[in-house]
Amino acid sequence: MENIFHSVRLDDEKCLGCTNCIKRCPTQAIRVRNKKAYIISDRCIDCGECIRVCPHHAKYAVTDHFNELLKFKYRIALPAPSLYGQFNNLDNVDYVLTGLKKMGFDTVVEVSKGAEFISDATRKMLESGELKKPVISSACPAILRLIRIRFPNLIGNILPLYTPLDFAARFAREQAKKETGLSDEEIGVFFISPCPAKQTEIKRPLCFTEQKVNGAFAIKDIYPVLLQTMEKLTPEELEPLNDSGIIGVGWASSGGEAAGLLKERYLAADGIENVIHVLEELEDEKLNDLEFIELNCCTGGCVGGVLTVENPYVAKARIQRLRKFMPVSCNGLPEKFTLDALGWTKELTPSPSMKLADNVIKAMHMMSQRREIEAALPGLDCGICGAPSCTALADDIVRGYAEKSDCVFFGLQAIRENPDWVPAPFREKNGTAKKATDDYANDFASAFIHNTPKEENDT
Amino acid sequence: MESIKLHYDISATDFTRAGAASGDVKRVLKELGVAPATIRNVAVAMYEGEINMVIHAGGGEIDVEITEDAIQMILTDHGPGIENVELAMKEGYSTAPDNIRCLGFGAGMGLPNIKKYSDEFRIDTELGVGTTLTLKVYMS
Repeated sequence: MENIFHSVRLDDEKCLGCTNCIKRCPTQAIRVRNKKAYIISDRCIDCGECIRVCPHHAKYAVTDHFNELLKFKYRIALPAPSLYGQFNNLDNVDYVLTGLKKMGFDTVVEVSKGAEFISDATRKMLESGELKKPVISSACPAILRLIRIRFPNLIGNILPLYTPLDFAARFAREQAKKETGLSDEEIGVFFISPCPAKQTEIKRPLCFTEQKVNGAFAIKDIYPVLLQTMEKLTPEELEPLNDSGIIGVGWASSGGEAAGLLKERYLAADGIENVIHVLEELEDEKLNDLEFIELNCCTGGCVGGVLTVENPYVAKARIQRLRKFMPVSCNGLPEKFTLDALGWTKELTPSPSMKLADNVIKAMHMMSQRREIEAALPGLDCGICGAPSCTALADDIVRGYAEKSDCVFFGLQAIRENPDWVPAPFREKNGTAKKATDDYANDFASAFIHNTPKEENDT
Repeated sequence: MESIKLHYDISATDFTRAGAASGDVKRVLKELGVAPATIRNVAVAMYEGEINMVIHAGGGEIDVEITEDAIQMILTDHGPGIENVELAMKEGYSTAPDNIRCLGFGAGMGLPNIKKYSDEFRIDTELGVGTTLTLKVYMS
């Protein structure tokens, strides 16, 4: 198992161990044990769906604390374009950008500026004919992780390019070094983020050997302070910081990236279930007539990120209004652009954690066993066993992480043999369950989960 | 030798479910850790066959057998049979009615594609009785 950083975590105290998140996880990465919904580390893509659906707010995303800023002499804010959709009656982005500076950042570089460079780079790369089509956008970090786990054979279609955030960070850092003479270590670059998966990408980049962003602050955390600061701003105080146009800011919502390519044969899908359907079709070569596929994990695109405060459709409407007063684009790449300058520095590797075994023969044996078990289960997908479906329980059983009596139907028999028996999700460490099953619950927890990660090291 | 057998009944008229069987086989092969190129070949060949059954034959049955050497698919229907197999195997030839073409199917690529993506391809057809396709994709 990879011992790795995840931004999406479980708050033990708040979790009641219900079935809401296990049912909605797109990679079936959550199981209830010991009355808590544990996340299976190597299946989690940090999409944040569980944060969205948990009625008890027991799932949350870790982002950086503002104290992180104190570690640096010079602090740069990189606001996501989705930030602009969070404010009512905003008609000038400079209010937001000046507000960020007043909050204690030395400078602000818009991620939408980076987006315009990346739009231009993507156009040039599509023209070059060097990419395998249809090209899949690489901007959504949860989608990259989804493809690694569920669609590894599509890795070759992913655009091997910087994201707007990567580019904005590099640009901001180089500019700051030139202007201040400070070293890399003295400059702190922070993303103002709608997205938990971006935080994971910052701590553990998949396609880059180094990370130019030092951390991320959640839009929802920065919003109250920023709003207060913005309300106090007078028009005279505004600094002309906005340096991106319709194309860059358009990346905030679904379809914006694709529209910026100025092509017709594209598809833009958002919402993780819709995205999965598109990837299935792409895998079956049914979408070969398309040039570009933009995929956003969140409904509506980044404006739908779980770290935002506003409804995605309201945010999108506001951004549409803002864009009306903007130029089409303010940024473009130099003519002699080469992929070497903005390409990935590390290969994106598959992580097929759904497969049963490394060896096909062993996997076939396990598959036969699983099918037998599944046939015996009731097929109600009730979730009482702590797994999202009967198939998932059968899968856990053959992998050694669950037992047949975890199913309430077989549990009845278990009760006859042992009146103290309780279903897996309700077992407590020192409760009424059998000793053997207690150990098992603990094994599961230690072998499978990351609710309290200690190390943030990569493998 | 151990094998995994999967059986699917293909409904005659329900286009919303077309592709469900090949999608399921794809999922199984991924869980088995089969090579991506092999999975793609199986998925494309079987999907085309599945769609053919829905369009031309009033549905049918698909039996899949997975062994460590190969994936075998037997697609059986009791449709009208194919009058001229040689013609049907030609790219672009299609007898699909207009209402099917409206849905984006019937481009005349079905059988040629199935053959292209299979390592072994056999077609048995009899007019008024039905058609059976026997396909094999080797594990790479």
